[in-house]
This record gives sequence, structure tokens and C-alpha cells, in this order.
Amino acid sequence: MAQTLLDKVWEAHTVRTLPSGQTQLLIGLHLIHEVTTPQAFDMLKDLKLKVRMPGRTFGTLDHIIPTTSQVRPYADPMAEEMAVHMIRNTSDFGLPLFDLDSGRQGIVHVIGPELGLSQPGMTIACGDSHTSTHGAVGAIAFGIGTSQVRDVLATQCLAMAKPKLRQVRVDGALARGVAAKDVILAIIRQLGVKGGVGYAYEYAGPVIERMTMEERLTLCNMSIEGGARCGYVNPDETTFQYVRGRPYAPAGEAFDRAVTWWKSIASEGDARYDDVARVDGSAIEPVVTWGINPGMSVSVSERIPDPDSAPESDRPTYREALAFMGFAAGQPIKGTKIDVAFVGSCTNGRLSDLRAAAQVAKGHKVAKGVRALIVPGSQQVAKAAEAEGLHDIFKEAGFEWRHAGCSMCLGMNDDKLKGREVSASSSNRNFIGRQGSPTGRTLLMSPAMVVAAAIAGAVADVREILR
Amino acid sequence: MSTDLKRRQVVGRGLPLHGNDVDTDRIIPARFLKAVTFAGLGEHAFEDARKVDPEHPFNQKAYQGASVMVVGANFGCGSSREHAPQALLDWGIHALVGVSFGEIFFGNCTTNGMPCVTASPAEVEWLQREVGRRPTEPLTVDVEREEVRFGGRTIKTAIPSGSRNVLVDGSWNTTGVLLEAGAAIESTAQRLPYIRGF
Repeated sequence: MAQTLLDKVWEAHTVRTLPSGQTQLLIGLHLIHEVTTPQAFDMLKDLKLKVRMPGRTFGTLDHIIPTTSQVRPYADPMAEEMAVHMIRNTSDFGLPLFDLDSGRQGIVHVIGPELGLSQPGMTIACGDSHTSTHGAVGAIAFGIGTSQVRDVLATQCLAMAKPKLRQVRVDGALARGVAAKDVILAIIRQLGVKGGVGYAYEYAGPVIERMTMEERLTLCNMSIEGGARCGYVNPDETTFQYVRGRPYAPAGEAFDRAVTWWKSIASEGDARYDDVARVDGSAIEPVVTWGINPGMSVSVSERIPDPDSAPESDRPTYREALAFMGFAAGQPIKGTKIDVAFVGSCTNGRLSDLRAAAQVAKGHKVAKGVRALIVPGSQQVAKAAEAEGLHDIFKEAGFEWRHAGCSMCLGMNDDKLKGREVSASSSNRNFIGRQGSPTGRTLLMSPAMVVAAAIAGAVADVREILR
Repeated sequence: MSTDLKRRQVVGRGLPLHGNDVDTDRIIPARFLKAVTFAGLGEHAFEDARKVDPEHPFNQKAYQGASVMVVGANFGCGSSREHAPQALLDWGIHALVGVSFGEIFFGNCTTNGMPCVTASPAEVEWLQREVGRRPTEPLTVDVEREEVRFGGRTIKTAIPSGSRNVLVDGSWNTTGVLLEAGAAIESTAQRLPYIRGF
């Protein structure tokens, strides 16, 4: 029977079927960061176990890293303590760590693909829900909890049930000014924030095939926001060209042999899916969220919906969202005043995101009263952006140019909203309290749209600026 | 394996938490993740939600000492933080009944021996209402027989079979089970071209 990439990768990594009926799945690449691992290392020490395959785990520091002064010890004593633990644990167990002095530090989901660690056909796990990002290179990648981090460290395996598979086909062609972020927000709006529970998503169709690797990374990153623990794109020429030449990628003849294997693990044309969903890519406009989960979104030209027009089971959440946001049903999203603009995160902190942001920022000024920051996803992204002079464009326009880290996506460092501030954000979650203030409000959008909002001081249509 | 790891059933007082899509940021805000242990998270469970809502069930006297939480759809969506189930456990919750659960949260609960079982929206709604009316009456989450019993009524529940099996037989702490595979782990790795070398 014709197989999907999920079938083939799952089969290749199956160690055995456990007595429970779950699969003992080998994890090919394990990525770790400072927030979800200290307890796992302690559990490992309590069990007197070593790391089973030290060459297959790589660490970095991203969540608590300050993006202003990075002089040690960090100003926040808890951030310093977590960094100390990460450095000591990785050293004690003989694991490589991309710390600040490596030149390769950054958000774990930015550096994995960037360094060529994330490759097609792998199983990839990390104690972070946005591990789905790495599916963009044709891997089965998913977030895990801390006890599972312990399992991977101790056994290089996880006990998992194989998910069902939904193919999400995006047909047509994207209009000008529409970004990968808009595509994934449109998918989540259509399929719902719980539509993917129990499923992996395979993204396919002409829009996906035409996407660059960085666009696919943005797309797969937010699979989890649609409820799907992992999402992937079949490897193709775009994938191979992206992986080629990266520090941890196979080189020379080994690369050619790798491509042969990578091609062999892609889904076959006549493979069967548990479900197929179709999205009209041509109809997608720039998207902005108005509520408290990433499925609550509208096109920039639309109005905030009336809860009574929503499916009955969603109405209480819609009402809760409007009350929290202080918005009224029927109000246009365009023109909504903002206080903060944030470009960055594992969703949109890559070089192409910064280029898209700079293209809009060039020759404009951030509106008075708006706090605007650009946080590159990694040290390498920062370096490449600076080589192109993007940082000068941002600074000239009134944006702060920061060091790499997770920053205001989740506010674990000093980059937080204050009080009821409204943020235009290129990150992935508009949950209540997500950006560091329990009452702060988040509007998710693409990096170009964030810059458009920063300039206007309110939600704006980037297509009108680019015209 | 000692019998106290077996989660055939959890019996305790119930606590209804209304609403869908309650994410793990809401269960435990990120600022409480700045710690190197899971100790003491219970006092911060739903901290921000409790501050704005004095009627939040975690604030209500009637629900202190409850151990079974009855929740809506997609409970525990979002961030993979195991701090979320750890905070609930530390507060005293030992089982959840809901319409559906975020998958990573569900897995984190299972690996901590906390059953999460699902029932139809109508039955969950009934349970939330009735538990609210009679908060001192114990509720039984029978993992093995896949049912919840309350107020003389038995509700059929569902749980993926693999999770049910590890909870019932007490093998939910997976490290030991995974280690039993022994050299099969390395031989599986060596069959993979990217590990063996292209």
C-alpha cells in the first residue's frame, strides 16, 4: 500500500510495540533549552542514568535570555540561575551547548534548521510545543513535556501513539502582501484551534510547494495552535537546496546519498489520508487576530465577528474574548490602536521575516507612543541582517534592535507588555497573559503587518503601504 | 511494580471549571516557569484568572480539597510546559474529566499518573452542573472500566487505549519500560541512514 511520510518515518524509528500498545519510537534529534530541562536532568541524576546517545542532543539558551545587556551574571537572578543550571547540566552529561559565546545561540526552532541539525526523515523532539516547526524540512517533529525529555535523555526513545494524518491542501496562489503567517492563521481559522487534536498535518498543494523553506518553517511552527502536535511538508528541491552546505548537513557524495533517501521517504502520490482539508490560498488576505486564541482572527479588511454568528459551542469563548480585549462585535479590526510592536519569535524571527519587516519600515517612522522592537531569532540571523544593513533601517525608523531570544513572545525576560497594552506581534499566541502582563492584549499578524501597525500606531493594511 | 502506581480509579470530590480552550499559560503563567524544580507550583495554579475572578472555582471554599476537575473542550492547549499538570497535582487534582484535551498536556498528565478521560459535551455539562450542586459528594473516575460515576449515574468515558493501559497497570512512568528495550534501541538507530552515516 502506498505510504505517507508519517508512515515511513514512524516505521523506520519504531523500536518495538510496547505492552500498552504504544510505539517505542526512536528520536533522531533531541533539542533542549533552559526552561523545560533542569527537572529532567535532576530525574536522570536520581535514577543514576547517563544520556543514552549524547551525540543526538543539542542545547541552547533562548527563553530567559535578556535581549538588551547580555553581560553575565544576568540582571535577573533567576535567569542567571537557569543559565547556570543549563551550562552545568550539559557539561556534566557531555552535551553540546550553543551558548552566547558560540555565535550560534538562538531560539531552538530557529537554530535547528539553520545549523542543518534538522533534516528530512528524522524524528525530532524538544520540550517546547513549537517543535512542530522542524516538520518544514520533512521531519516528524513534536513538542514534549519534561518527563519525556528525561525519557529521551535516558533512552533516546518516547512512548507514543501514532497520530492520524490530515492532508491540508492550499490551492491557488497567494496575493501580493500575503505571507506564510497569513496562510497558517487562515488554516487555523478554517479548521479551528482543536481541529488538529489527534492528527498530524501534512501541508501540500501549489501554495505550499512554492513556499521557501523559511515560509514553510513559519507554517509548520503554528501547527500546534491548530491542535496538531506535528505538521510537515514533504521534502523537495526547496528542502534539499536549503539543507545543502549547512554545518551539520551531510556534505559531498554523502549529501547526494542523503537526497536519495530523503526523496524515498516522501508521501507517495496515491497514499491515503485519514482526512483531507482544502484551503483556497487565492482568497487569503493579511490576517489579524482579535481574540484570545489564534483561531479568533479576521482579514484586515473585516470586522470583529458577532459571537451570535459563531458556532454555538464557541459563543461563550467569543464573549469572554471580546470582554477581555475590550472590543465590540462589528468593530473593524483595521484602525485598532496599538501600544507595542514586536517582530521576532520562532514563528517569524528569521532573516526573510526581518527583510519583509525592513521593506515596510524603510523611510517611515514608528508612530509616537509606540514601543517597537525587533528581536532576531538567532545570533546568525542577527549577523546576516546586520550585514545587509537591516538593523540601520530599523533603528532609523525608530525600532529597537535587540539580541536574539524568545523575548516578548512569552515574556520570560524583561520584554513584557505593561498593564492593558495592546501589542501587534509576529509571535504565535494571543492567550490571556501570554506576553508577560496578565491583562495585556495581543494581536497576531505577519512581520510586515506588525511594522505597518507600528508606523500607523494602529492596525493597518500593509498592502496600502507597499503600493 | 508496586500497586500504588496503579490508577484503576480515582475517587474524590469534583470541581467544575467551565469554558473551552483553556491554555497552559492560563493554568500556570510563564513567570512561574523561572524555577529549576516543580516544587510549590500549586499555589500559583490559575493565579491570574483567580485574581480577576473571585468566583473562580480554585478560590471557592466549597472546592477546596477537590481532586477531580471537570473541564470543557481542548483543555490544556498551547505550551508544552509540564508545569501545568505539576501545578494541578500540587494543588490536589489527581484526575480530569473533559470534552477533549490538548495533546501534549494529555501526555504530560499520563506520564505523571494523572488520568484525563473524555465524555460527550452534553454529559460533561451535566457533570459540571451536578458537581457544582453537590460539591461534597465523591465522584469516581473509573479508568479501567472507562466510566465516571456520580450521583447515581454512570457516564461512559473514553481514553486512548495505550494511556489507559499504562495507567491501569502502573507503568506510566515510562523510563523503566523504555529501557527494557535494551540493545534494540541501538540497532534501530543503526538502521537509520542519518545515524549510521549516509
